[in-house]
Amino acid sequence: MTTLTLTGLTKAYRGAGAAAVHALDLTVESGSLTALLGPSGAGKTTTMKLIAGLLAPDAGEIALDGQPITALPPERREVAMVFQNPLLFPHLTVAQNVGFGLKMRGLPSAEIGAAVAGMLDRVQLADMKDRRPSQLSGGQQQRAALARALILRPKLLLLDEPLSNLDPALREEMRQLIQGLQRETGITTLVITHDQAEAVTLADRIVLLLDGRIAQHDRPEAFYRRPATEAVARFFGGVNFIPGTVNGGLFHSALGSLTLPPDAPEGDHLLTIRPEALRLGPGENSRDATVTALTFLGTQTRVALQVAGIPLQALVPPDAVRGLQPGDRVAIALPPETLWLLPPA
Amino acid sequence: MRGSWRSLAGLALVSWLILPVLPLIVWSFAHGWRFPDLVPQDWSGKAWAYALSPASGILSSFATTTLIATTTTLLAALICLPAGRALGLYHFRGKGLVTLLLLAPAILPGLAVVFGLHGLFLRLGLTGSIPGVILAHLIPVLPYMVLILAAVFSCFDTAYEDQARSLGATPFQTFRAVTLPAILPGLLTGALFAFLVSWSQYLLTLAIGGGRVQTLPLLLFSFASAGRNDVTAAIALLYILPGLLILAVTARFITGRNAALTEGLRP
Repeated sequence: MTTLTLTGLTKAYRGAGAAAVHALDLTVESGSLTALLGPSGAGKTTTMKLIAGLLAPDAGEIALDGQPITALPPERREVAMVFQNPLLFPHLTVAQNVGFGLKMRGLPSAEIGAAVAGMLDRVQLADMKDRRPSQLSGGQQQRAALARALILRPKLLLLDEPLSNLDPALREEMRQLIQGLQRETGITTLVITHDQAEAVTLADRIVLLLDGRIAQHDRPEAFYRRPATEAVARFFGGVNFIPGTVNGGLFHSALGSLTLPPDAPEGDHLLTIRPEALRLGPGENSRDATVTALTFLGTQTRVALQVAGIPLQALVPPDAVRGLQPGDRVAIALPPETLWLLPPA
Repeated sequence: MRGSWRSLAGLALVSWLILPVLPLIVWSFAHGWRFPDLVPQDWSGKAWAYALSPASGILSSFATTTLIATTTTLLAALICLPAGRALGLYHFRGKGLVTLLLLAPAILPGLAVVFGLHGLFLRLGLTGSIPGVILAHLIPVLPYMVLILAAVFSCFDTAYEDQARSLGATPFQTFRAVTLPAILPGLLTGALFAFLVSWSQYLLTLAIGGGRVQTLPLLLFSFASAGRNDVTAAIALLYILPGLLILAVTARFITGRNAALTEGLRP
């Protein structure tokens, strides 16, 4: 069980103006499965390579359980990284690949053999042990790469986009394997991903990285219910934003006065509501809206609306909007408990 | 159909590689062989007995040549591993110029280099010594080695090295266990070229060695110009021995599955 702490971690690339990672402060809790989420170019891979010791930071410190590791070479950090591409050593068999790290530590071969056999069993590759990596499927290669890192019992496990190379059926299998192994071993794990759905389903904590800075570090559901900023809300599919002012528990905006949940702070805010929380039909905070577009998404239908010049979207079951046409007038409701206030834009 | 093409190719290979050697074998056992005789009138083992006796100095010359070619090859590998890596993997200012300079010795005739080099080595006290000859041999050897290794490294994915380090391998362990197996076929090809270029070097050995370093090519020329065809043939046979030997040993590595590289090339 190890806590990872990053303090003021900074890395700029020569030539490029912007810092790839800028003064990153982060604590990854011991035993957690944390996702480092962000769009491409947000500095995720840079952060991971800094932690693994494959890049040297310009400033800042990396510590495991309070012990600084910033100056240590990668092989002495006890941080194992699994790359997006499985990178199994092609000249070694699957078993030799999985035993690679133990061999580098100089363990006796009998001990390595036993550990490898156990690990291969756990990732269901026991009958593949004498195969070459090129004879394995993509999913099997990914499992072997995971086994090769986990067998070392590292203090910290880094996974770079572990699911993105897999097709959807294998992705679910791999997700369960990662979660299962992480729970069994309790190894603090940091997963990097650009896919918010992947982060939400895989991790128990998410760190959202936007423009090289941490935008929010929270439990997955918080990114939907309590996003920290408009940018965070937008990254998680938020589309409804209404500027206005809170006064006496009411939100005054172009939509008139809306009832807020209790204890709403006074002042200027940006009000947001998840598209799936916005209701069609009468209810609390009801308004008349004009339907501008309908998009059938399969299990849901996206309804684009216009209220007092403000565009809003609702995600509803397809049955709820049967017969509805663009141009129709409908009543919508904004339940107060689903409203959330963001800092003003 | 495919089988007959194969045997035809095999026949061509045998006729190009083996047939030219046959007269050498005949000559080395001939006791006089005059036109228009198809085979010599008399046979004798005298040439071989002489060639293998200490008096002829051929065996010690064989050892000297082996020592020089082996050391040159090892030094070339040591110099060219980092150089080839830099040329193959990194982009830097002046890379084209560096490549051209490295290639220069392979393009320029040896004769142009030899005189300037001789003066320099004379001042450094390197003439007439084996280390001097080895240094001189490095000039034509390095381009082959560096270019082959640059090509090899340009298809090597250094992420494998990062992966090894992150799994607890030291830089040396990473080289031994990951990088070396990946580049080995190319390294062996380069070493084969390096060895043979040094092994067959005449002009540089003569100029820098000043006759005091007697390698096989020098001996071969002196016996050939003395008209001793039988001894010349015996030396020539000894002379082609290492090339064949190296080829036989390394062929497996060179043509065998070059896993790390082909893996890297795969989309």
